[in-house]
Amino acid sequence: MMSAHPLIRLLDRGSTLFLILLGAFAIAIPVLNLLMPAGSALHVSTYFVALFGKYVCYGLLALSIDLIWGYVGILSLGHGAFFALGGYAMGMYLMRQIGDRGVYANPILPDFMVFLNWSALPIFWYGFQNFFYAMLMVLLVPGLLAFVFGWFAFRSRVTGVYLSIITQAMTYALLLGFFRNNFGFGGNNGLTDFKDILGFNVQADGTRNALLVISCLMLAICFLICRAIVTSKFGKVLIGIRDAESRTRFLGYRVEAYKLFVFTVSACMAGIAGALYVPQVGIINPGEFAPANSIEAVIWVAVGGRGTLTGAVLGAFVVNYAKTFFTSGVLAPYWLFMLGGLFIGTTLFMPRGIIGTYNNWRANQADKKDAARDNAVPSAPPHAAE
Amino acid sequence: MMDKQTTSALLYLDGVSVSFDGFKALNELSFIVEPGEMRAIIGPNGAGKTTMMDVITGKTRPDEGDVFFEEGTVDLTKLDETEIATLGIGRKFQKPTVFEMHTVEDNLQLSLKNDRSVRATLFWQSSADQEKRIDDVLDIVRLKHLRQRVAGSLSHGQKQWLEIAMLLAQDPKLLLVDEPVAGMTDVETMQTAELLREINKTKTVVVVEHDMAFVRELGVKVTCLHEGSVLAEGTIDDVSTNDRVVEVYLGR
Amino acid sequence: MGKFHDRILAFVCAIGLIVAAAGLAHAGPYEDALEKFTTDEFSDTAEAVTEVATSGSPLAAPLIAALQNGQLQFSAKDKKVFIKTADDKLIDAATGRPAEVAAPDDLDTVRVNNRLRGVIEAANGALTLMAPDPNQRYESAQSVFKSRDAAVLPAVEKALEAEKVARVKTVLNEARAAILLAADDTSAPDRIAAIEIIRARGDQDSLALLQGLPADLPADVRAAANAAVTAIERNLAIWSTVQNLWYGLSLGSVLLLAAIGLAITFGVMGVINMAHGEMVMLGAYTTYVVQDVIRTSYPGLFDFSLAFALPLAFLVAAIVGIIIERTVIRFLYGRPLETLLATWGISLVLMQAVRAVFGPTNKEVGNPSWMSGAFDLGGILITYNRMWIIVFTGIVFVALLAMLRFTRLGLEMRAVTQNRQMAAAVGIRTARIDALTFGLGSGIAGIAGVALSQIDNVSPNLGQGYIIDSFMVVVFGGVGNLWGTLVGALTLGIANKFLEPFAGAVLAKIAILVFIILFIQKRPRGMFALKGRAIEA
Repeated sequence: MMSAHPLIRLLDRGSTLFLILLGAFAIAIPVLNLLMPAGSALHVSTYFVALFGKYVCYGLLALSIDLIWGYVGILSLGHGAFFALGGYAMGMYLMRQIGDRGVYANPILPDFMVFLNWSALPIFWYGFQNFFYAMLMVLLVPGLLAFVFGWFAFRSRVTGVYLSIITQAMTYALLLGFFRNNFGFGGNNGLTDFKDILGFNVQADGTRNALLVISCLMLAICFLICRAIVTSKFGKVLIGIRDAESRTRFLGYRVEAYKLFVFTVSACMAGIAGALYVPQVGIINPGEFAPANSIEAVIWVAVGGRGTLTGAVLGAFVVNYAKTFFTSGVLAPYWLFMLGGLFIGTTLFMPRGIIGTYNNWRANQADKKDAARDNAVPSAPPHAAE
Repeated sequence: MMDKQTTSALLYLDGVSVSFDGFKALNELSFIVEPGEMRAIIGPNGAGKTTMMDVITGKTRPDEGDVFFEEGTVDLTKLDETEIATLGIGRKFQKPTVFEMHTVEDNLQLSLKNDRSVRATLFWQSSADQEKRIDDVLDIVRLKHLRQRVAGSLSHGQKQWLEIAMLLAQDPKLLLVDEPVAGMTDVETMQTAELLREINKTKTVVVVEHDMAFVRELGVKVTCLHEGSVLAEGTIDDVSTNDRVVEVYLGR
Repeated sequence: MGKFHDRILAFVCAIGLIVAAAGLAHAGPYEDALEKFTTDEFSDTAEAVTEVATSGSPLAAPLIAALQNGQLQFSAKDKKVFIKTADDKLIDAATGRPAEVAAPDDLDTVRVNNRLRGVIEAANGALTLMAPDPNQRYESAQSVFKSRDAAVLPAVEKALEAEKVARVKTVLNEARAAILLAADDTSAPDRIAAIEIIRARGDQDSLALLQGLPADLPADVRAAANAAVTAIERNLAIWSTVQNLWYGLSLGSVLLLAAIGLAITFGVMGVINMAHGEMVMLGAYTTYVVQDVIRTSYPGLFDFSLAFALPLAFLVAAIVGIIIERTVIRFLYGRPLETLLATWGISLVLMQAVRAVFGPTNKEVGNPSWMSGAFDLGGILITYNRMWIIVFTGIVFVALLAMLRFTRLGLEMRAVTQNRQMAAAVGIRTARIDALTFGLGSGIAGIAGVALSQIDNVSPNLGQGYIIDSFMVVVFGGVGNLWGTLVGALTLGIANKFLEPFAGAVLAKIAILVFIILFIQKRPRGMFALKGRAIEA
């Protein structure tokens, strides 16, 4: 099926550059961390490894948001929920791995359940000691939620800000639920004190580097899947839906099926991002469901440039690096001003984001040279569809 | 109410009423289009022309009345837009609606009669046959030289033609064309009339238009709508000399 | 000096003698009871206390008080009881006058043990049934009703005879009935009469009392009791429904207050303002500042603080709103998703700004005196602040409706909403109307903040707690329809409060959110949606 033609379509210049850079980081950081002596100028600290790993997970979350916002116009303010659900699935696996090394030394029950005087493991915790079952849940739980939610929403043609608001209500409802102790996910403390993953100590440098490499690999794979989707005829239909939904419908496309498919894929990717995030930061708690988190993730995409995929990842890196940089220094009280300003400034002055603006500028340059074939995927939608 | 099987009409509307917040957009509208026919629909603003299109294409459900397609075999009131489009009813909107971010070629590729399922489009590959179809349609609407242009950069008239081309690529049995010459130059208007007559050789067409010169140029049976029902029907000369039509629509 | 003091004492005693003599014309139960204090047996003392308390003698109260304070002394030899005053004088308990004879040599203090203390408490209860203050008598009768101490029955009956105040009399009757019901030797007709009285009282305590009756009652008593239980339960169910309705109405009015400004900006203008909650927050902080100034400079005006805060809060929020509209939102018309993101950014900036100026902790905003406290209405407790907020919400809603309906500004707003081009064509300055409409919506959020400062913590995060709920209300009610917002807010408020008893507060909230999510999917345009082509333009 895959002839040479679609492969070229898949890997345009920006995508290739992106994958090369990602690969370079995935190789260079572990090498510099593990092989360089601690005193060396080239040594990369373990702190940085964990930080970069976290950014990669955020990048994957941003990618999943861009797939639906940039290409179908679905602005989800609840993608943090899928991220957190994936994270909880991984967290449950890690909790079961603690075994009798917990404070209460119960071989089956996690500490918080012993603390709550529970006598048996709840049924939905069964099977999570098995890594592959847990990984299946990482995909299945967010995917299923997205499928059910989307099935209702898209079929009844809930669009635009209405959809945004109910996705926000969805994550808010989950936030309230996961805060409750009797929900069975550790209440407001969440899941933490992880010991090891697949038998490797989660704190060890080697494990951290391995997790970073795996995160980069998953980001690359998901990026390629997204590219395959958006460069196919399916992707053209998506853009058609974004720009002229009723035209697409009157051409005979079942718009809700397209939205549902891509929404579910996107939720699965967000779930993967959450699952990779949890062992690297060592905790998952209900705070991840906070609506503010989901909106913040949207702004990463906006800053990097929506509808570009690479921009989403870039935006996640840039904004989160800025956050790390500013919140750790004397400027910490001003960070929220900056973040707020970023929301306002991006929407007002740079609606295409970094990559979108660059692409646009390059397209203009190319247009001046010759009005030849420009096969680039369109970067930003027109402001008012229909 | 008429029995399903007893009409020979391609499109059959009987006693259709639609109201919005108390306003009757369609009032007991009855209207028949025979296979192979071209019909022009005129009428003042608010006469119900666009609502009628909405009812036929499944966008609006009628409060009451029958809407049948293909000799009374298909009840359109039970289907949604997608199903009706797949049946073979193509619609051009009043305001030209094309995929502005896509090239002319991609616009047509998305319109070509193909499997519309998610799986089919995910793994779809173009073929020589498909390219030929696109060429043919572009020939008909005279846009071949613009094949690689982004649709958003076309002129207003070109967008109108592109949308008609998209309808043709769908290969429908019935084309509903809403105000195809709005905003066109006189030359473009005459070209469009010619284009529609050409299309009518193989397909049934319903055209909604205000431009009387254009309607005259089409030279087909005319239906005048007013306040949601048919005011007059006949040749352009009959209708344009009808007293009531003159009174409510054309003016003296 | 000493002489004068003695004279006064003599005078007082003389009065006391006269008063006492009136009640002591013959040796009554009081005098009989006194003797029992002299046996130095706890059981006798207990009997004596009860008898004294129920004797109705005006000397009873000081005697019991003296016993409690260890000042009651007795002489076994003389069979006399004395109250030893603070200055070591002896007062004859039987007469209330200073003892005429010399102190007996076997004088000893009447001993008290734990059981006696209980008896004394009950006796005190019985005594306060006769207290001069009707409120005290009322409370006392209520406590007798709860304790149902058979020993107090005579005191209750005495009090009943003397009682003039109707509400105290009612409770005394109920207390008597309760005692009779609890006693073993009450006759069947008396029990039935008592049940009727308890049934008329009809509260939770009455229900507990009736349900606690022994099983082996005569059939007719049992039947009366069962009927009464059913009646009370039904009555209580009605009151608990009323209570839920009231709480729901209260929550609904808070939701409405928070959402009504949003109904203007989102509903009428179609602008999705995520910083709406922060307008509420600004209103609450305005109230705080106003109260702070009043507290330090004009403490006497504190009860009027909200009257100053309301217009100021409106102005502050409206001006901030207009600035936001002019500098950000107007560039984003027709791009709702971008508006959403930009206003979210504004909300972050506003919250952080307030945090920088006022600090991150909760600020103390006081209730004026007329907003504190509560009163009983039938079976429910109504707090003044909740009640005034409901009233205030109603006023705001009506005023807003009237403004939209009858003023020039309202007319122009509706015109711009319905057809922007046409409004512009007839000479309405649409940009100005946009700014004013947004200012109005924000200003209303500001005055909502004044009200919410009375029942919620005033912190920089105040607005965040309301934004999702407000959107839910507007979307549920139907966008562009103030009545829809009203019905939406009240429905959600009441539904929430009715779910809480079954599901708990958090689950009730989740259930409501899930319900709205499903509802929007069923009716994407809300309950009172406008139908037709116009809204899809």
